[in-house]
Formats: sequence, C-alpha cells, structure tokens
Amino acid sequence: MSPRKVYMDHSATTFVDGSVLERMLPFFSEKYGNPNSVHAWGREVRASVEEARSSVARLINAEPREILFTGGGSEADNLAIKGVAEALSEKGRHVVTTAIEHHAVLDTVKWLGKHGYDVTILPVDGNGLVDIEVFRNALRPDTILATVMAANNEVGTIQPIREMGKVCRERGILFHTDGVQAAGHIPLDVKDLPIDLMTMAAHKMYGPKGVGALFVRKGVRILPLVHGGGQEFGLRSGTENTAGLVGFGAAAELAMRRMAAGEIEVERRLRDRLIEGVLSRIEDVTLTGHRTLRLPFHASFCIRYIEGEAMLLRLDFAGIGASSGSACTSGSLEPSYVLLAMGLDHATAHGSLRLTLGKETSEGDIDYILETLPPIVQTLRSMSPFKKNA
Amino acid sequence: MSMYNEKVIEAFMNPKNVGAMENPDGVGEVGNPKCGDVMKIYLRVKDDRIEDIRFETFGCAAAIATSSTATEMVKGRSIEEALKLTNRDVAEALGGLPPEKIHCSLLAEEGIHAAVEDYRRRREGLPPLPPRHDAVCHHDLPGSEGSTDV
Repeated sequence: MSPRKVYMDHSATTFVDGSVLERMLPFFSEKYGNPNSVHAWGREVRASVEEARSSVARLINAEPREILFTGGGSEADNLAIKGVAEALSEKGRHVVTTAIEHHAVLDTVKWLGKHGYDVTILPVDGNGLVDIEVFRNALRPDTILATVMAANNEVGTIQPIREMGKVCRERGILFHTDGVQAAGHIPLDVKDLPIDLMTMAAHKMYGPKGVGALFVRKGVRILPLVHGGGQEFGLRSGTENTAGLVGFGAAAELAMRRMAAGEIEVERRLRDRLIEGVLSRIEDVTLTGHRTLRLPFHASFCIRYIEGEAMLLRLDFAGIGASSGSACTSGSLEPSYVLLAMGLDHATAHGSLRLTLGKETSEGDIDYILETLPPIVQTLRSMSPFKKNA
Repeated sequence: MSMYNEKVIEAFMNPKNVGAMENPDGVGEVGNPKCGDVMKIYLRVKDDRIEDIRFETFGCAAAIATSSTATEMVKGRSIEEALKLTNRDVAEALGGLPPEKIHCSLLAEEGIHAAVEDYRRRREGLPPLPPRHDAVCHHDLPGSEGSTDV
C-alpha cells in the first residue's frame, strides 16, 4: 500500500545484522554442545563463548573477566542494583538514582525502597540532564550505590557520567550506569571512565534480543540473583544462551567497526538533517532532550496540539515506524514520566514523537519522513480544538 | 499500542464532520488535555432537529473515530433522539473498541450531551456552557483494567 517502508524505531530494537546472524546460526544444530561440558562438543562452544566475552569486553575496553552475560538489559540492571545492595547491605542502605531512568532501573530501586533501603530519586532539568551539584549533595555517608543512565531512551540525552562517577569514587560509592542505549553508539572506555558497573544489551546494536551483559569492575563484589550451576563466575547460573552470546560478540565487533569507520558520524549528520527539517517545516514543535549532548541516532520531539498515538498510526499507514510517549501508546494513565520529569505539561507530552535512526537509514528515508510528517501533523491539527489549520 | 478493527481505522483515517462551525446554536467541550483527549462538538439546530454537526478532537485514533461516528449517528436526528445516544451505541457502530479505549466512546456521548445542554441554555437566554476541562480521566472506568504501566 505505502510506497516505502522506513523503520525509525531503532531505540526500541535494531534488526539482527546479517553478519551477526551468520555467526549465530551454527550454534543451534551444528555446534550445540553445552559449554560447561568437558568433551570436544562442549570445549568448542566454550571457546566461542569466551571469544564473544572478549569482543564485548573490547567494545568498552574492559577485561573479559569483567563481563557477565545475562538474559537481557533489564536482567543486567536488576543484577547490578540488587546484587550491589545485597552485597553491601552491612555497609549502608542508601541508593541514588534519577527520575528518568528506564523502568528496569527505576522500578528495581523503588523495590529496594520497599525492602529496607533508602532511596533518593534525583530530578532532571528541561534537557533531561542531572545537575552534578544536586547529585553530589544527594550522596550520604550510608550511600552504597548511585545508578544513572549513560543516555536516555526517550529523549537521547547523554548524562555527565564521568563527573558523577568521579564524585562517587572520591566518596567510595559504587557507580552503575545503564548503557543500553549508549553502548555501541558512543565511545565508552571503562579504563578511562570512573564507573564500576555498566549494563549493555545486544539488541540495541544489531545483535539478538534476550541477551545482555553487565560489566563489573574487577574487585567489585556483587551477589547473584540466579543461583544454580555457577555459570558466569557464579553470578548468573544457567546454561549459556550460546547462539545469543556469540551474536552479542559479533554485534560488539560490528559496533567497533562502525565507530572506527565513521559510520556513526554519517548517522549523526542524517539525524541532524531530520531534526532541522522537522523544526523548520512544522510550527510549534520542540526538540525534547539536549540538542548536542545526545545519542547520534536519536531525534525526539513534542508536536503541540495533537496526540502521539494518532500520529504514530498515520505514520505507520505511510510506512514509517516511530514511537511516542503519549498515554495512549504506553497503555498507562499518564504520558511519559520522562517528559513530565523534564517539566513538560501533560498536553504537550501527549504529542511526543521519537524517531531513531539505524545503520540502513538513508538520505532518501529522511527526505520521505520530511515529506510525510508535515501533512500528517497538519491533518491532525485541522481536527484539533487547540489549533486551527497550521 | 491498541489493536483497532477496520471500521475504527476507516473512521480515523477518513473522519466525517470535522472542523469548527461558524455561529453554532450549541457547543459542547468535554475531556481533559491532561488525559490526552478533548472533544468539542458544534450543533446547528432547526425545529429541534440537528441540521448540522461538527467536531474538533485532540486525542488518539479511537477518540477521533468515535467523534466522527457519533456525529454521523445523530446528524438529522431530533434533539431528544440525540440525547439517547450512549457510548455503547457508538462503540457498537464501530464494531467494538479495545477495552482501554472505551472511555473515548464515553467522551463522544458526553460531548453531544454537553452541546445539547448548551443549545437549550442559549435558547433560554442563559450564558453559554463553559468548556469542561476539569473532567476526571476516564481511563479508570470499568473495561480498562487491561491498562497497565509498561
């Protein structure tokens, strides 16, 4: 029906790149051994799993021993937060986070708040940034962990994790960052950055879904959530998802190649053209999130006087896959808590639109969006009681 | 996102009776921008019959579809008949709505009722009915239990 298909929801998930899938396929029926077995079948797969661990480690300049594989980003966030809280409960029971974290972090911290821990949830400014002084002042003698995302999924804002990690290190507080959106897209070097734990997910960088990793700096002690056979250095039991882990390794290698080849810069320029095009072609639109401290593939807006779900459906019928933080799309009563935390009013937040680019996004795709979106906005505004035909 | 049937999609993509009306005989504005849906209904009434009806809606696909369908259902009807329109009638005419969207059909019913009330007030020389933007969000009505924070 629609002449073109343009997937612009890579923050939700990426496709599995062909080079990644190719590396995964042998691990289903051909190299099916359990990596914990001593025989040849097992040893062969063990070698591949450890190779994958090394690749993921190289992506963030960690040691392979510092990478734990998990069943996704949410599990890694849970393991980091509960694992540290449990391990350090004698030392202190205060955890600091921010109002715009992914639910995997925010709800885990809130859960701790109901189970004997004190929780501080920090506000953000209109760009979605945490104020470093506010952060510093929130830390207490009994603070054991601060967890702040490297970059936000809804608005793309990149947090000053270096500064926050430094403050934590000075105070002897562990610092975790949810790097699910950032890893593989912006340089993250754990030898350079003062962070102790970091979450990553394969499916945000052209790897498979259901595979995550937690970087745990050498010397940092956490306790497991999943007990059993003692896999992943005793911190995440269960027979390894070998194809998935190998896929994550291949995805990490792809990400390193893309960054080295300047592909991210190309993506950023396309993204800038999209942002500038939307802002110049449509009235009463604001960019949400920081203009420059922002994920290179991420564009997000609030389009006033109209509602997000209606926009998404019309875009979908025109072949464009996007997302929104309106209440109608979240299935909750409220529009995006991230946008509300940034100080946007409800009506404006209902008109949010997120467009996230990927490695296959072309100039032609951006042209198509810039042709397609303005008339959709105009049509919906012509129906809106708040704004006459723009 | 909600799964809509073809009738809802058709009404959303090609809505009827859209836009403001010059010198209406009655106007009803209901909903709450906080909740993400506001519906404004304009009436032209002649001999107690709805000669013309228009709507303007800020809201999701279901809100727009139900606005369109509800206005079509009462156009040409008497005021009394229009007041008998229920949210169930609107939802049925659309072949059903996802549970979390039932409140949208309620908004259509309320919008038409408010417009008729405004028409009657004006006829009695009372000041027009002010917009009601303080409505409680209807999302928590029966049938919307499926809504969860995801």
